[in-house]
Amino acid sequence: MAEMKAVSGVPESVPALLARNVAQFGSKPAYREKEFGIWQSWTWAEAAEEIQAIAFGFLALGVEKGDHVAIVGRNRPAMYWSMVAAMKVGAVPVPMYQDAVAEEMTYALDHSGARFVVCGDQEQVDKVIEVQETVHQIEHIIYQDARGLRKYDHTKLHSLASVQAEGRAASERFEKELADREASIGYDDTCVMLYTSGTTGKSKGVVLSNRNVIETARASSEFDHLRPSEEILAYLPMAWVGDFIFSIGQAYWTGFCTNCPESPDTMMTDLREIGPTYFFAPPRMFETTLTTVMIRMEDAGEFKRKMFHKYMEHAKKVGPRLLDGKPVSFGDKLKYWIGDKLVYGPLKNTLGFSRVRVGYTAGEAIGPEIFEFYRSLGINLKQLYGQTEATVFITQQPDGEVRADTVGVPSPGVEIRIGDSGEIYYRSPGTFVEYYKNPESTADTKDPEGWVATGDAGFIEEDSGHLRIIDRAKDVGKMADGRLFAPKYVENKLKFYPNILEAVVFGNGRDMCTAFINIDLAAVGNWAERNNIAYASYQELAGHKQVLDTIQQHVEEVNKSVAQDPMLSGCQVHRFLVLHKELDADDGEMTRTRKVRRRIVEEKFADLIDALYTGKSEQYTETEVTYEDGRKGKINATLEIRDAKVVEAAGQAQVAAE
Amino acid sequence: MTMMHYKPHVTADGRTIGNTMMEMKNITLRFGGVVAIKDISFDIREGEIRAIIGPNGAGKSSMLNVISGFYKPQEGEVWYLGEKRGPMRPFEVARQGIARTFQNIALFEGMTVLDNIMTGRLNHMSASFLDQAIWWGKAEREEVANREKAEEIIDFLEIQAIRKTPVGRLPYGLKKRVELARALVAEPSLLLLDEPMAGMNVEEKEDMSRFILDVNDEYGTTIALIEHDMGVVMDLSDRVVVMDYGKKIGDGTPDEVRNNQEVIDAYLGVAHD
Repeated sequence: MAEMKAVSGVPESVPALLARNVAQFGSKPAYREKEFGIWQSWTWAEAAEEIQAIAFGFLALGVEKGDHVAIVGRNRPAMYWSMVAAMKVGAVPVPMYQDAVAEEMTYALDHSGARFVVCGDQEQVDKVIEVQETVHQIEHIIYQDARGLRKYDHTKLHSLASVQAEGRAASERFEKELADREASIGYDDTCVMLYTSGTTGKSKGVVLSNRNVIETARASSEFDHLRPSEEILAYLPMAWVGDFIFSIGQAYWTGFCTNCPESPDTMMTDLREIGPTYFFAPPRMFETTLTTVMIRMEDAGEFKRKMFHKYMEHAKKVGPRLLDGKPVSFGDKLKYWIGDKLVYGPLKNTLGFSRVRVGYTAGEAIGPEIFEFYRSLGINLKQLYGQTEATVFITQQPDGEVRADTVGVPSPGVEIRIGDSGEIYYRSPGTFVEYYKNPESTADTKDPEGWVATGDAGFIEEDSGHLRIIDRAKDVGKMADGRLFAPKYVENKLKFYPNILEAVVFGNGRDMCTAFINIDLAAVGNWAERNNIAYASYQELAGHKQVLDTIQQHVEEVNKSVAQDPMLSGCQVHRFLVLHKELDADDGEMTRTRKVRRRIVEEKFADLIDALYTGKSEQYTETEVTYEDGRKGKINATLEIRDAKVVEAAGQAQVAAE
Repeated sequence: MTMMHYKPHVTADGRTIGNTMMEMKNITLRFGGVVAIKDISFDIREGEIRAIIGPNGAGKSSMLNVISGFYKPQEGEVWYLGEKRGPMRPFEVARQGIARTFQNIALFEGMTVLDNIMTGRLNHMSASFLDQAIWWGKAEREEVANREKAEEIIDFLEIQAIRKTPVGRLPYGLKKRVELARALVAEPSLLLLDEPMAGMNVEEKEDMSRFILDVNDEYGTTIALIEHDMGVVMDLSDRVVVMDYGKKIGDGTPDEVRNNQEVIDAYLGVAHD
């Protein structure tokens, strides 16, 4: 139990870490943001002054200890400062997804009981004002970007600059109060509350203590030897636990610099300019980037294309071995060195990955080809497995033991246990305190001994000690004849094709598996352009015969690969269709973190599933869609349903024999 | 004759509309035998969004060119900021604080967005050719100040991502926005927009409308615009002048104009004798 007690001298809250950083790295950059075309930066000392001014301002507005302060906006230094300022006055910051529509925000704002909301810009302010029609406890709204807000009623609306100015003016009056509040923050007091994206049903407010955040940040920083000189790019939603841990937890623990992009559209340029040394991105981003690279290489001249393919082939052979420190012959090393000068180096530079020392991906399975592509370039891309309830880290891959199909070994301080049903349980210093105002769910998820059910099914590989995830535990089912049904396993294989953006596989309790497919408009659109195929919309392209042919090929290839695994050979896709619309979070078909909500898809497209199982060759359907501004409309289509070849499982007999 | 003075008033959405800024008095413009504008009078007040609408060939663009000083009307007077305007060259108009965009985009296609926008600052530069050539003292200070203003506008119009992109590679809707940026960077007191939404899809139109309103709101810029799309104009503008066959057939608030029988006829079409 010794490690559970804070080592004396270790700061016990994020504001305390801030004070330590000011003392240790006062003149080192803590935040950068590109504005007016120039990277503006703030040292730890300057950032601390800004945060203090906001904190004084919060006191002047009447923020009480234990209040919830909602933060909603894109990644900007001032938004992070507001979070830390809220902590300083003993309040709890509650970051929220900025792309949520007002309805979704209503739930979180109501449930958290937030009296104060800090907004990024007019768009967010408008939503909060809309929410106020039903949620009445919100007292003050604070915004950063004044654009379009000048003429609003400012009795309960304040610019962050004015809050800071008021704070600075009142600093003497509140100096003692602030010092007292800061000193009274305990190690087990709440540090932050984060709403889960809610793959299933209503989202829950996960309460994380200072202990959770600091212990996790310390352990994970040490695991990857993070240094104060690291640079990260903060571009993922602030409401997501990962961003909180990377941009606040680890940044404050280690003292490294958080860089904020100029706007969401300039992300790729900013990435290139900053050249982060520590980088996180969901698999989808690596996929998109790879797709873009491949499309651009297709358009390149013949010489360049040949050189690219020749050296990439070599990189695939040698790169990962070099990265893992395994022996490589001198000739291969030399060729890799030449390749680095000609291809890998310039490519990494273009993508902004030149300086990446530690890169992580998580959230979804990443395609082995995609994973290998980046590793072969010499980018130390690794996988981790985690969730909000664990303050991110459950397992992660140590340097030199990186594979595409596992998620690594337990992070320092984390214990893992596999339940009888195959579900993964963990216990760690990062284990969340509770779900806010929801003791039943807390009790369901966390047992009295502190073990938390992840909801994922998996197993630990005996020889390597690495964890492998099969699927969501509740999604793993049985087919009519009793064979194992693991939809995610098949979906991931399908999604590894650049042409397929999303796939949903059905078959639980049925006699065969079927699938919905979403094509990737970027990849398929480029193909269509190259082949002079005209199309006006996603829907038209999705219904094109040649597109369907290609997708059918992919499905059949996946069937072959699925048949290799005797345990899962029943999951081959017998029939499929390409959906007439992209699955979208605005229509509730996906979570904000872009995970498919299986139940909702099943309900919404029940007619299509029916058609898949009744042997029809086409089906007419109507679907309601929500536009970005919240209006609703209808689209209709007649979808072609195709049969895919399945492979007689070779391993079937063997399984029976075992 | 003295200028007519209106009491400044505050619109429903809280903007202040002040005194007359520009007044057109009995303007007639001919091209040889063709009469493009026939005896038209109207005014533009400080802080308002004033629209000129009408069917094709009504003389809207000619009217805008008269306002901008590009066409010299054969009859009538143009009063700007309390002074009668004599013959002027385009740069003199620009110096008076009038900036415009064009119906057919007139940007330098080979230059980047940023460089195009910087050209809009020309009137704010006074460093000599020599200073500019050796990049010394005043030239450098001015360039920094101009770049700062350009960046402010880039941020305002949300075109950061294309800052370094050559204009020729941009889609139409974005080019229109770059043109607006170039006009805005001159810090005009009167902004003339020639069909800012022509050829745009609904989403681009919505974006453009928002930017026009924001410009008016944020910088207090007076805006005179020509537009085809009735719906957009009625939502945007404070007052509307309606033209048909070179004549003014209506003038007033969008509601007044909408219910004007002559306007309805012009738009829906009636038999002309």
